[in-house]
Amino acid sequence: MSGDPERAARWFDDAAGPVVRPYAMTRGRTRSAAEDKLDLIAVVVADSATHRTVADQTLSPEHIDIVELSRDSPQSVAELAAELDLPIGVIRVLIGDLLHAALVRVSRPVPPAELPDERILREVINGLRAL
Amino acid sequence: MGYGHSDLGRPHIVEPVTLKILVAGGFGVGKTTLVGAVSEIRPLRTEEILTEAGRPVDDIAGVESKTTTTVAMDFGRITLREDLVLYLFGTPGQDRFWFLWDELATGALGAVVLADTRRLEDCFAAIDYFERRDIAFTVAVNCFEGADRYPEDSVRDALDLDPGTPVVLCDARERESAKHVLISVVEHAMLASARG
Repeated sequence: MSGDPERAARWFDDAAGPVVRPYAMTRGRTRSAAEDKLDLIAVVVADSATHRTVADQTLSPEHIDIVELSRDSPQSVAELAAELDLPIGVIRVLIGDLLHAALVRVSRPVPPAELPDERILREVINGLRAL
Repeated sequence: MGYGHSDLGRPHIVEPVTLKILVAGGFGVGKTTLVGAVSEIRPLRTEEILTEAGRPVDDIAGVESKTTTTVAMDFGRITLREDLVLYLFGTPGQDRFWFLWDELATGALGAVVLADTRRLEDCFAAIDYFERRDIAFTVAVNCFEGADRYPEDSVRDALDLDPGTPVVLCDARERESAKHVLISVVEHAMLASARG
């Protein structure tokens, strides 16, 4: 890496990877008003009416990718980030835009401060056993 | 709970109940292996502001204005049923990424603390973290080849665990073994919530 000082300066370290500026995609915004709803496992669903809106010129290609992925089947915030290879902070801002435009819904069935009820936990145990 | 548009229009779409379990432990203890043994695994990036704690070792000379970095975590998905999905998140192993844990831990059903008996101290920090936040966890001792085997009770004593905290021996490479660890976490979470 010493042969390429510019690259070396941008490389943070092996664990952290390169120093990047992914928030360019969000036009510099790092927070979303909807952030508290966008837990990593919150589920994003695109409404059927969004078929027409994907042609919307104000949406970025990444916005459209999110709508299309979550229209085929509900996707968690983490899945969308992994699928589109975008950092979580960026995907949150983008989903926040789509929420604001009413192009997607977000549901979070289990409130963060509570554990799911015993019935669900039993179903998880049975489901794991059956894997 | 729904946000934004509530006009469904596509009633056949099933919105799953989603749950998360964290997989913690020291560097190289087998977190990635465990997540991969029971699920499809994918890297998940989060972009974070560098903390002061990282400064002494992190040379950002020349890029002082760019104090963000991406941190990769392991991420797995287990579809138990169409309407019930369990996600696994491997917590970043390095101490300087601890600030990520708070978000991961919020709403978590429970956690696995993977331990290696050759360097038990590597998991002290994780145990401390979950104990302080009342998050149900199971200590899973990854039985590496060549490492001495210890009975579960001596591991429990060495880690000074609460009597109710499960300790299981596992082979993180084996699917059945990894399943057993996860079941232990959920059972423990169920007991813990019953105790209220």
